[in-house]
Amino acid sequence: MASSPAGTLYRGREGMWTWVAHRITGVLIFFFLFAHVIDTAMVRVSPEAYNAAVETYKNPIVGVMEIGLVAAVLFHALNGIRIVLVDFWSDGPRYQRQMSYGVVGVFLLLLLPFIWRHLTNVFGH
Amino acid sequence: MTQSTQQPGTSQIAAPRSPYKARKAGNFELYSWLFMRGSGVLLVALVLGHLFVNLVLGEGIQAIDFAFVAGKWANPFWQVWDLAMLWLAMLHGTNGLRTIIADYTTRAGTRFALKTLLYFASFVVIVLGTLVIFTFDPCIDPDSTLSVCQTN
Ligand code: HEM
Repeated sequence: MASSPAGTLYRGREGMWTWVAHRITGVLIFFFLFAHVIDTAMVRVSPEAYNAAVETYKNPIVGVMEIGLVAAVLFHALNGIRIVLVDFWSDGPRYQRQMSYGVVGVFLLLLLPFIWRHLTNVFGH
Repeated sequence: MTQSTQQPGTSQIAAPRSPYKARKAGNFELYSWLFMRGSGVLLVALVLGHLFVNLVLGEGIQAIDFAFVAGKWANPFWQVWDLAMLWLAMLHGTNGLRTIIADYTTRAGTRFALKTLLYFASFVVIVLGTLVIFTFDPCIDPDSTLSVCQTN
């Protein structure tokens, strides 16, 4: 008989942490979306107002924070695909743990080149 | 068991073998569950495509200004893209937050207040974003030097 939480199927294991990360990234992206619709709405005020708003995104400190935002979107998107596969693919639940590692792998594969590309753009001017 | 054991603010769980009551709420939660998955799959293409075109191609973030937006929204393709992304992401995110509020609030009053705030804020942002896409005017500045604004 398992006597520790590690003996359970879910608690403390990969599936729990992907759930935690999915929830946190979802909230983060949603709050950013509010700010992003409002800064984009500046195009209806004047070209100067819009350019001033996007200028903040080109600031080096904000530029580095954008990597965090893209990381959140990438993880949420990839793990979202995993959730859909767990729910709709007949072998999904069987491979949910392997797919968690797949999510992390593809996440790094896409994020690392992006970091390089984005930092080049932010600091290359 | 009697009802007196119920804690304030918790909902009553029916006693075992209590008679079946037909649901009157419809299947809203089923459709909302399906919507999260359907909109999620569409958002993969819409959001990652958006990030790729705006942050990775060309000069990335440095290229973004009023003229960049005017160039994209001169094309109905990007207008439809951005409109679909706005609506799907807002509805998906709002529905996700509805779940999170339901998970963590214990008092009915707090739950009602947070949901009201959420729906109000989401409504304002969806209407604002939609109006911006449909009423965008590349020549809002009468002295604009953009090529679409040259009359001769
Ligand atoms: C990029 C593609 C996306 C995919 C594939 C995706 C997929 C999913 C899935 C499958 C769920 C779980 C729903 C459930 O358990 O019933 C979910 C939850 C959620 N999503 Fe997304 N989503 C995406 C984009 C977004 C965006 C852009 C936002 C913000 C505007 C967002 C915010 C949320 C929130 C707040 C939740 C609730 C999290 C929770 O209940 O723990 N998602 N997403």
